[in-house]
Amino acid sequence: MEILVCVKRVPDPAENEIELNSAGNDIEQDDLVYSVNEWDNYAVEEAIQIVDKIGGSVTVASVGDEDAEEVVRREMAMGADKGLLLSDDAFENSDGKGIATILKAAVEKGNYDVIFTGALADDGAAQIGGMLAAMLDWPYASLVNVIEADDSKTIKVGREIEGGNQEMNDIDLPCVLSIQTGINEPRYVGIRGIRKVASVEIPQLGASDLGIDPDTVGAKGAKVKRVDYFMPELGEGAEILEGSTDEIIAELVERLKAKGGIK
Amino acid sequence: MTTALISPAQAWVFFIPTWIFSLLIPVIGMAVFTYIIVLRLAPLFRAAPDQRTDQPLKRIGNVLKLWLVQYRQPRYMLAGVLHIMIFAGFLILAMRSMSMVLIGLSEDFVLPGLGGEFGHFYTIFKDYAATMVLAACIIAAIRRVFIKPARYAVPAKYGHDHTAEAVFVLGLISILMLSESLFEATAMVAETQTGSQAAFAAPLTLVWFFKLMLLNASISALQSMHLIAYYVHDLTFFFFLCFLPLGKHFHVITSVLNVYFMRMQKGTIKPVRWGVSDEQLDDLESFGVKKLEDFTWKHLLDFYSCADCGRCSDQCPANAAGRPLSPRFISIKGRDLIFKTYPLKTGKIHNSEPLIGSIYEEDEIWSCTTCGACEQECPLGIEYIDKIVDLRRGLVEDGDVPQSLQKPLRALEKRGNPYGKMERKRADWSKAKEFKKDCQVKVLDKKTSADTLYFVDSITSYDDRMQQIGQATARVLQAAGIDFGILGKAEKDSGNEIRRFGEEMLFQEMRTQNTEAILKANANLIITADPHALNALKNDYQGLPPVKHISEIIAQSLANGSLQLKPVEDTGKVYTYHDPCYLGRHNDLYDAPRMVIDALEGVQRVEMAKFRDRSFCCGGGGLMLFYEPEEDERMGVLRVRMADDAGADVIVTACPFCLANIEDAIKVAGMEGRMEVIDLAELVDRHLV
Amino acid sequence: MSKELYIYVTHKDGAPDDSASELIAAAGKIDPDASVTAIVAGSGDNVDTVCQTIVASGSTVFKIVNEALAYPNAEIIRKVLVNILPTDAIILISHDTFGMDLGPGLSIKLDAAFVSDVIDFEGAEGDNLKIIRQEFSGQVYTHVLCDISAGAVINIRPGAFKADENLTGKGKVIDKSGDASDLTSGRRFLEVVEAEAGEVDITAEDVLISVGRGIEDEDNMEIIFDLAKVMGGEVSCSRPIVDAKWLEKSRQVGTSGQTVKPKVYLALGISGSFQHLGGLKGAPFVVAVNKNANAPIFQAADVGVVADILDFIPELTEKISEIN
Repeated sequence: MEILVCVKRVPDPAENEIELNSAGNDIEQDDLVYSVNEWDNYAVEEAIQIVDKIGGSVTVASVGDEDAEEVVRREMAMGADKGLLLSDDAFENSDGKGIATILKAAVEKGNYDVIFTGALADDGAAQIGGMLAAMLDWPYASLVNVIEADDSKTIKVGREIEGGNQEMNDIDLPCVLSIQTGINEPRYVGIRGIRKVASVEIPQLGASDLGIDPDTVGAKGAKVKRVDYFMPELGEGAEILEGSTDEIIAELVERLKAKGGIK
Repeated sequence: MTTALISPAQAWVFFIPTWIFSLLIPVIGMAVFTYIIVLRLAPLFRAAPDQRTDQPLKRIGNVLKLWLVQYRQPRYMLAGVLHIMIFAGFLILAMRSMSMVLIGLSEDFVLPGLGGEFGHFYTIFKDYAATMVLAACIIAAIRRVFIKPARYAVPAKYGHDHTAEAVFVLGLISILMLSESLFEATAMVAETQTGSQAAFAAPLTLVWFFKLMLLNASISALQSMHLIAYYVHDLTFFFFLCFLPLGKHFHVITSVLNVYFMRMQKGTIKPVRWGVSDEQLDDLESFGVKKLEDFTWKHLLDFYSCADCGRCSDQCPANAAGRPLSPRFISIKGRDLIFKTYPLKTGKIHNSEPLIGSIYEEDEIWSCTTCGACEQECPLGIEYIDKIVDLRRGLVEDGDVPQSLQKPLRALEKRGNPYGKMERKRADWSKAKEFKKDCQVKVLDKKTSADTLYFVDSITSYDDRMQQIGQATARVLQAAGIDFGILGKAEKDSGNEIRRFGEEMLFQEMRTQNTEAILKANANLIITADPHALNALKNDYQGLPPVKHISEIIAQSLANGSLQLKPVEDTGKVYTYHDPCYLGRHNDLYDAPRMVIDALEGVQRVEMAKFRDRSFCCGGGGLMLFYEPEEDERMGVLRVRMADDAGADVIVTACPFCLANIEDAIKVAGMEGRMEVIDLAELVDRHLV
Repeated sequence: MSKELYIYVTHKDGAPDDSASELIAAAGKIDPDASVTAIVAGSGDNVDTVCQTIVASGSTVFKIVNEALAYPNAEIIRKVLVNILPTDAIILISHDTFGMDLGPGLSIKLDAAFVSDVIDFEGAEGDNLKIIRQEFSGQVYTHVLCDISAGAVINIRPGAFKADENLTGKGKVIDKSGDASDLTSGRRFLEVVEAEAGEVDITAEDVLISVGRGIEDEDNMEIIFDLAKVMGGEVSCSRPIVDAKWLEKSRQVGTSGQTVKPKVYLALGISGSFQHLGGLKGAPFVVAVNKNANAPIFQAADVGVVADILDFIPELTEKISEIN
């Protein structure tokens, strides 16, 4: 099975404190460190496991500037066979549709059976996979947390839905799936692994290589634009109990009694 | 010499001269033995390289101390004394056994040097030795069969019980002792009966007992017994020799080598591959141990040498806490795999399978805190930490790292600390308002210098609670009049656990960055309050100024009067000191912290049941804090109970990880309010004049 | 603003999901004067029951009934919507696991803009709708301008808009079933595998003692159960606790877990992500204990205590058991 996994380089919340800059209109960029989006990492692991089981190859693609090469390389160190860097000045500030447009062009240059994306990324939009599928006219399933693939033209996927339940579907190939965390346990990639693939050539494709009209992507093609970052004035919020621990506990016990919390 | 009985060299049985047996038994025995040993040696030649030939004098010293004098044996008193009795007996009887074999061919054979007076003396001496060995064997057998010490038990998952093998060997040894004595006694009785000059039988020896029993036996009976005793001894001797390499009694042969080649330096970890420099590591095909022959030859020799005594596992805190790790079975399973891969029956060597998933489990390998209790205890110098680290190196390369450890490892790569906190906040603990009022901490760089560098390390820099250790350390250094500074954001994690968790390349990255920053700071001395940092900087780094632990500095400052302490604040409390593994066992620092506590006037200090080099690990430091082991009980809880049993109210430790684990354990054990834990630096800080 | 506003109504057992009235409220925030058309798709008699409920709040309803819509397969419903919606329409969808499946692809097929997980609207600038959403798991907010000139698909965060309970009116139901054609898809629904039922049913409890990441270690879970015991409540948790396998899935409160309606809810060491709060309904009395004074949970709680739960909870338990 030929699998393309779309990955994004993001500031990982586990290693960053996302704060506003002094002007209060953007996040503080100094000191940010970047890694691969957590969901995408699960997607790559899943792709590698499937290929290990039934054969094929895994390609990892990322839309971004040259820095994005770092995450593509990391995923190759994980076990992906090929990397693709989709990079062009015209791609900057694309909205979700713009990114999907670029990825669609990359998909069409290859011969893939399945496209994986992460279910969501740092912006929480959860949109790329669904858009890409619609553009390709391929079936789509989001929030996939189980995949049963064999050699047939159909695979079985489970989606994580409300109540902790799982919605099982048959889906025809080729298709697009957005992968939810917890679907597997991604393997560790150490510095040694990254060094081993340090010299592997990662092809870089721009708008003209992909046959994309620059006006349909990037800031020009974006219908959705982020204006700024901000922190709202906080509302009233909770009444914070103050005093010594004993005083707090006494007060809290009173309140709980009044509300029927202590039977 | 004419003797009263016909010797095995002269006798005939059914028209066959018995000397033929005397020749065939040793020849066949030696042939079989040689075949076994060659096959046992094969894996050692196919194993990874090791470097064990340096410092020959020190190595000989180890052999004298651990092998000849059996220095570590009495740590378990009864078993140790029994072992020393049998071992000493064996050494004494070695010459006699050799003579016995040759007597079968030539009755007048005498080992060079054993003629005359000395020979006479030796005979008496070895008769007592044989008697002692028999007695020890009987006691040992009773102990194994009836008393059954818990540490010999074999949990079901590790296979069947080993008692039968142990008792069988004790039986073989007893037969050797009895047959040798009977052979000698029959000759003596016959001499007495025939009126020739009888040799002297030392009173209360086996020979002496046999002589008494056989006084009235007929010459022909004596003759038969004489010959039978001889060939029983001869057969048993060569059977025993060939039996040794088939199991745990291989140690009888390998232990002297194992001790000679044992590890010489504490606190270090072996390189990824001996003979491959750090710069060449990228060229290595594979990292760590994944299959049997990836172990070094010394580590395979360790497997052969394990006597299955169970002391390592008896001391192992992971085993005590119910984690899926028992160092004893790391060795036994390894040995059994060698036997299976290099079978004696066919002599055909099998291909090696991956170790993880066949004989070892991932959780087993990650369960080790590298506390070193097992290695400290092993009577014959078997190593575990290097093996565990090598296995982890293999797991890391294959990406098989528990999810709970991946986050901190990634954070270390990105931020130089396992918490993913920002580099520029590393010195925030020194900028707290209240603290800054009385204590200013310099950040060393090109412009700012100091005599001493305080290496803080990650947990003390970033953990809310442990920052207090940093502040206390700074105040104590200031009070002692030491000119010091820190590296601030240039400091990275020391990497002690990164290396020990098998991520060698990341460790080297940390080491490179720290080494550069430390050398740039240009200090004359490095001190730290974190034993893990101490160990890394001292043993894993090269070319740094001397590294000392804060307890050494405090002890020294108290001795020269530059630091003075008030009498102990709370005279009603009983203190006990918990030895951190990386301070005690790995760096031999036991006395300084105790001297510091005792310097508090009026302090009451007791020792726990396990202390100094038998200290019980709190649960592990560094990355171990992130690992979620399967366990029945936390190590820390077991440790806190030991403190309680010793009658202590306050546990003093000298390591932020111990503090973290023990503080937690006190809560889990429900001992809040009646047990507390404090860091040594904090204790001293509280008592500064 | 002269766009037509549509909402897509999900429903179960003949009742519209809570999100329906929230979507109506969100539509009202975009344009208070616009009439809102609700789209209800499904099969069987239940669809009519749902339509009647919606009509009673004043909205017009497009009804699509077809056997193929018995289970809400987003791939098929997308086809229905593409056929029914006029160009340039704005459609609001709840940003739940169904909405995430439907919204992005629908926007492509309608050639409309797409914004997801919207928490508020701040008017419009020309053809641009000014939208508020969050990034980095809610750590920061952003303003987003969305060009709606060619229509838009907007996914609304559950719980972000407060439903107007007093809406009344008499809308009408228009049957659009005939406009739905080719209801097949390359993705075929098989079954829903229910989460393993645990020993406890937290959805029926009046008092829930809920624990989050702040518990730090599995061994500490005991203090939570001790408190639940003296309070006579049951223990629930946030997602990290289930991910760590310290509690069974059936105890998880949140959008990917259970929806609960207790009277009293103790959030202990829970930071308060919207996914967690999404599972908390019925306006309970919420007490938050967290050592981080900036934790979002304090915004949602009635009473807060800034403390380490590992220290605070055992003391609280002791006090309550004294009273008992």
